[in-house]
Amino acid sequence: MTSRVIKVDALARVEGEGSLRVRIKDGHVQQLEFGIFEPPRFFEAFLVGRDFREVPDITARICGICPVAYEMGSIQAMEQALGITVPKPIRDLRRLVYCGEWIESHALHVYLLHAPDFLGLPDALELAKADKALVQRALRLKKIGNDILDVIGGRAVHPVNLKVGGFYRLPKRAELKALTEDLKWAVEESLATVRLVGGFEFPALEQDYHFVALRHPDEYAIHEGRVVSNRGLDIPVPHFLDHFDEEHVKHSNALHGVMKNGQGPYKVGPLARYAINHDRLSPIAREAAAAAGLGPVVRNPFQSIVVRAVELVQACVDALALIDGYEAPDAPAVPVEPRAAVGHGCTEAPRGICYHRYEIADDGAVVSARIMPPTAQNQKIIESDLLKVVEANLALSDQALQWRCEQAIRNYDPCISCATHFLKLTVERD
Amino acid sequence: MAQPKKPKLAVWKFSSCDGCQLSLLDCEMELLAISEAVDIAYFLEATRRVKKGPYDISLVEGSITTAHDAERIKEVRRLSGTLITIGACATAGGIQALRNFKDVKGFIDRVYAHPEFIDTLSTSTAIADHVPVDFELRGCPINKAQLLELINATLNGRKPNVPRHAECVECKTQGTTCVVVAKGEPCLGPVVQAGCGNLCPQHGRGCYGCFGPMESPNTAALAARFAALGLDRRDIERQFRSYNANAPAFREESEAHDQPSRS
Repeated sequence: MTSRVIKVDALARVEGEGSLRVRIKDGHVQQLEFGIFEPPRFFEAFLVGRDFREVPDITARICGICPVAYEMGSIQAMEQALGITVPKPIRDLRRLVYCGEWIESHALHVYLLHAPDFLGLPDALELAKADKALVQRALRLKKIGNDILDVIGGRAVHPVNLKVGGFYRLPKRAELKALTEDLKWAVEESLATVRLVGGFEFPALEQDYHFVALRHPDEYAIHEGRVVSNRGLDIPVPHFLDHFDEEHVKHSNALHGVMKNGQGPYKVGPLARYAINHDRLSPIAREAAAAAGLGPVVRNPFQSIVVRAVELVQACVDALALIDGYEAPDAPAVPVEPRAAVGHGCTEAPRGICYHRYEIADDGAVVSARIMPPTAQNQKIIESDLLKVVEANLALSDQALQWRCEQAIRNYDPCISCATHFLKLTVERD
Repeated sequence: MAQPKKPKLAVWKFSSCDGCQLSLLDCEMELLAISEAVDIAYFLEATRRVKKGPYDISLVEGSITTAHDAERIKEVRRLSGTLITIGACATAGGIQALRNFKDVKGFIDRVYAHPEFIDTLSTSTAIADHVPVDFELRGCPINKAQLLELINATLNGRKPNVPRHAECVECKTQGTTCVVVAKGEPCLGPVVQAGCGNLCPQHGRGCYGCFGPMESPNTAALAARFAALGLDRRDIERQFRSYNANAPAFREESEAHDQPSRS
């Protein structure tokens, strides 16, 4: 009888605190738990009683990496509750600031958090010793995303300029135009990024995923769309809870997302968006994907790094077009008046769809709040990937197997701070 | 001749959103220079390589919300030469300190189907409530320029140049129109420490308090002004009860306007 125990107390290059526990006996996985021990912060509870106008600033604090996702989801939910539609220039500015978040988050993950795994390095600082220009490119791409957040949002982490109804202040046209040259550079460099990461070696793993993403009639959906799956689901955002639920399991402080009616786990994020919206990519992004060897559906989670790079191209191209076509609205925001109502919002955070539901009272106070972050929705799929990875790699040393598992988790760019909010890996081989 | 040994830097996380650690990675133009000046010995968000302590400088993000973390911070203190807290969670308990004003069991029941699985303290508290802290950097999130100044000062053995005056001073020195005077909007600028670059007033909205109380905040006078602007008790309570709700000056002011058993 062979038995092995591998233990990792701290998984790195993820946002937040989690753990992995694997028990292997006689070459079979006995138990596998992707646990999240990030302490809960109870946002849904303390939002109750706050004024609806305060909610976007508060929900931003769920995540320092994707605050716009949390601001936008709650803003849209409030606007839906209040029956408000914003004019096109405001909607376009929202997409532009969201492109900024995709650029900074994807550049961070592709280069600083994920690429080192493919290069056998502990971190991007070691990469900088080998190829300083490459890391400088990564940091400049990331900075360009943050510059968009600064210009439109006021600051990169927890932007102050977004609100229910629109913006507090409109960016000046010249401020937006000043981003153009950098974005042109970013398009070229993100294409180079697709070529670079497309050439990495990918561990073999194909999964028949149930993908769920937003889909928009004519855009690669970021901040608006219907909730669509590759198995026939096609619903408006307010019907979300009719089809999706969360389970509370003992080994995790994050709730696990599942589809109702016995449909089980589903996958959100770059691979889901790419599979569902391949025909909505800009030609330049779609050609880059094809040149990197990607078909219209990617089922190997380790190739998510390539899809993220393709989305980096998409976000840069979109941002350029939005700046080019920007016409200032008459006012920074439309007026809002509270009324008793329920509203829903859902956007594509860099890690996948993020759903919000709020009930507000006639005085504008929040009565109830519910938020389903992408990493919580992906937890079951992460466990399912890990099971396959462990079973396929039992021949690896404990150290190599541990690293491979970490890499498989980082495929998801897991934002554990969001999901409640790190990784501790324990592999026991009895 | 041997190079002098580089100081070892550790970055620790407690309950937080990761935004303040991210601010270090957001120093895009300075990050490689920092990594040449210090030995990044422990920084899980950036590297899987972990070097053993002790560490010359520790940056601590996040607040204490579990019994386990209350023990872990003591170990971090033991391993650290200079311990610096970064951000509103670490210096005041953060937004999650809103639990301190309510019944946490009710919170758990509201969010989790199996409350018995959840291990949490009934409060979210600042690092300095648990161990001695050498410097507290404010902000939700911290300001990158202040972080760079702090790292620079610490490496050179001098006091960091981080002002303790009110955000109002930033508006006056920059000629930003006062939103209280011009628009009658509530603004925490008179009682909040400067540091963000008076972002909110520049965007035409009142300060909502990311940097916590300034050195001598007259919160009662500001609350009276809010009342004169037409805010009711609940609005005033909300103003002081947000990202730095458990900072003593803000805590006391919000409690003065607390409405009994609304939760």
